[in-house]
Amino acid sequence: MILRALGPVAAVAASSAAVAVFPRSVLAFLAFQGALLFVYLARVPGWLRAGLLGLALLVLMPLIGSVNGYYLEVATQVGIFVALALGLNIVVGLAGLLDLGYVAFFAVGAYAWAIVGSPHGDVVFGGGFPLAPEWFYVFLLVGLAAAAVTGVLLGLPVLRLRGDYLAIVTLGFGEVIRVLANNLDKPINLTNGPRGITPISRPPAPLGLPYSEYFYFLVLLIVVVVVLVNRRLEDSHIGRAWEAIREDELAAQAMGVPLVRMKLLAFACGASFAGVMGVVFSAKQVFINPESFTFLESIGVLAMVILGGMGSIPGAVVGATVVTVLNLQVLKGLSLWLNELKNAGVVVLGYNLANLPTQLEPAKYERMVFGAILVLMMIFRPQGILPARRRQRELG
Amino acid sequence: MTELFEARGITKRFGGLTAVHRVDFALSAGIASIIGPNGAGKTTLFNVFTGLYPPEEGAVAFRGQPLAGLRPDQITALGICRTFQNIRLFGNMTAIENVLVGMHARIRLRLWDVLARGAGFAGAEGRLWTRAAELLDRVGLRPAANEVARNLPYGDQRRLEIARALASEPALLLLDEPTAGMTQHESAMLMVLLRRLVGELGLAILLIEHNMRVVMEVSDRVTVLDHGEKIAEGPPPAVQADPRVIEAYLGRGWAERARSQRADGR
Repeated sequence: MILRALGPVAAVAASSAAVAVFPRSVLAFLAFQGALLFVYLARVPGWLRAGLLGLALLVLMPLIGSVNGYYLEVATQVGIFVALALGLNIVVGLAGLLDLGYVAFFAVGAYAWAIVGSPHGDVVFGGGFPLAPEWFYVFLLVGLAAAAVTGVLLGLPVLRLRGDYLAIVTLGFGEVIRVLANNLDKPINLTNGPRGITPISRPPAPLGLPYSEYFYFLVLLIVVVVVLVNRRLEDSHIGRAWEAIREDELAAQAMGVPLVRMKLLAFACGASFAGVMGVVFSAKQVFINPESFTFLESIGVLAMVILGGMGSIPGAVVGATVVTVLNLQVLKGLSLWLNELKNAGVVVLGYNLANLPTQLEPAKYERMVFGAILVLMMIFRPQGILPARRRQRELG
Repeated sequence: MTELFEARGITKRFGGLTAVHRVDFALSAGIASIIGPNGAGKTTLFNVFTGLYPPEEGAVAFRGQPLAGLRPDQITALGICRTFQNIRLFGNMTAIENVLVGMHARIRLRLWDVLARGAGFAGAEGRLWTRAAELLDRVGLRPAANEVARNLPYGDQRRLEIARALASEPALLLLDEPTAGMTQHESAMLMVLLRRLVGELGLAILLIEHNMRVVMEVSDRVTVLDHGEKIAEGPPPAVQADPRVIEAYLGRGWAERARSQRADGR
């Protein structure tokens, strides 16, 4: 028992020490993340697991951030994508509605705050903008509601579609939102077009926290709420109805599940998480433009859900972490390393890397490596990293 | 007195094909069966009864209320539920979760109750699970409660579909070939179960069945469809002796032989 608990504790301690000693080492930070996964999976009592994860996320992570600020930025980005993946997980993983335009809801939330939280609001509504930064907190809810309403509006016309057809229409919808953002600078200038909106106000940070830490904690708080909401939905008649729709829509309806209402609810719930995170994203970035909401982002979030395991909450969390860290750290680190080799003129198999043509620069492999990882995953573990497990119940 | 369930002049066409032609049907209590050769329109009739297909002509009423324009889930909520000929369970969900989905129409919890998890929630959810376990018990699947539905043996899947349908607390249960793929022993057990449901819960049951032994043994009344038309209706022995029924199943020669036998007074 004590021996079993020793492993996770040692893993967290050793990896965070490693990060402290080698603040610039990507490997050390990866070890820290691996330790968190290890703690989650280890067979230890619930209080110890919760305690270790809490300690790591609430105390160690900000400390690591004070050694290397970039890691905190990575962690914040991971948190944002975890919330997005959890939202999409409801729509795709639970209800089985393949949505390829999910990032549109993220955009709705982001623009909701960007327009009123920046001087650009004057252009749209006359005077009085930006709103006081405190309004940010109100707009977390406004962004949620706006995205949910957009989700319902998208849901209504596509309810009769299934599978591939639904995917195509949602893909189109995602593009429509992006193109709208790109072109709504006339006749009325709502989005300022491709130039984007800046500067977007940030909320006042409590206790004089630096913004990087403030946003980290805010995102962490939202992720915790999102996970909680997700779990409650999943363990209820609503979650069961969604899964029934995914398994067999016609049978679900014949068993008394109102398809229209439940599908709209799935779209609205999934969209609302993206809406909230959109508001946080625009405040955190200070600047947004349509480039942040491309089709590739939707695909990225979908890849997180599939990689982690469809319909699985821990899967979505792990999937979002893996993909984000891969994009921000591993692939970047890899291409930096290869570049160093190239600049140093290292000879591999009699070929001097310095002679490598620019078309073959390592930085250009990033997407290819990512694609290869996805393909390998689909071949060797198609159910995802942490697939959804059926809950086993003791029946009285 | 109005019948519990009543259908009048039901006609359903698919393009140029008339699958069901002016069929009347009524049921108030007990077990009725619909039989007929393949393609006679039995399952189409079920699909009309449960709102999956709108009929071209005719009207269906349940407890005197017309069902025209209602969605399948609304019809289920009124008290009609069914099983499917080609089993349509929620394959990746456990047996008990399948039954819980069947209760959807009876659950009064709202989105807010689910999110807030107020004082009443755990109790309400607990009662659902207890009831689902009881229903599994009724069809003899309690030990398989946590099995994923897709992994259950064929006969168990059929019984799970019945438990799932019962979960919606129907007054009328429609079973589409419930004994298909069952062993003789299993179908005998199923007949006992159906009789018990009628006796204990006061259910009315409508069967589509190909197993004549089952049909004749369990039904209070048999309706025969052929090429979409009702050709006979009545108690099992009368239907069995009806020359038109024999003709539909065995061809004209057999029907004539039966006719002459009857004329001879056997």
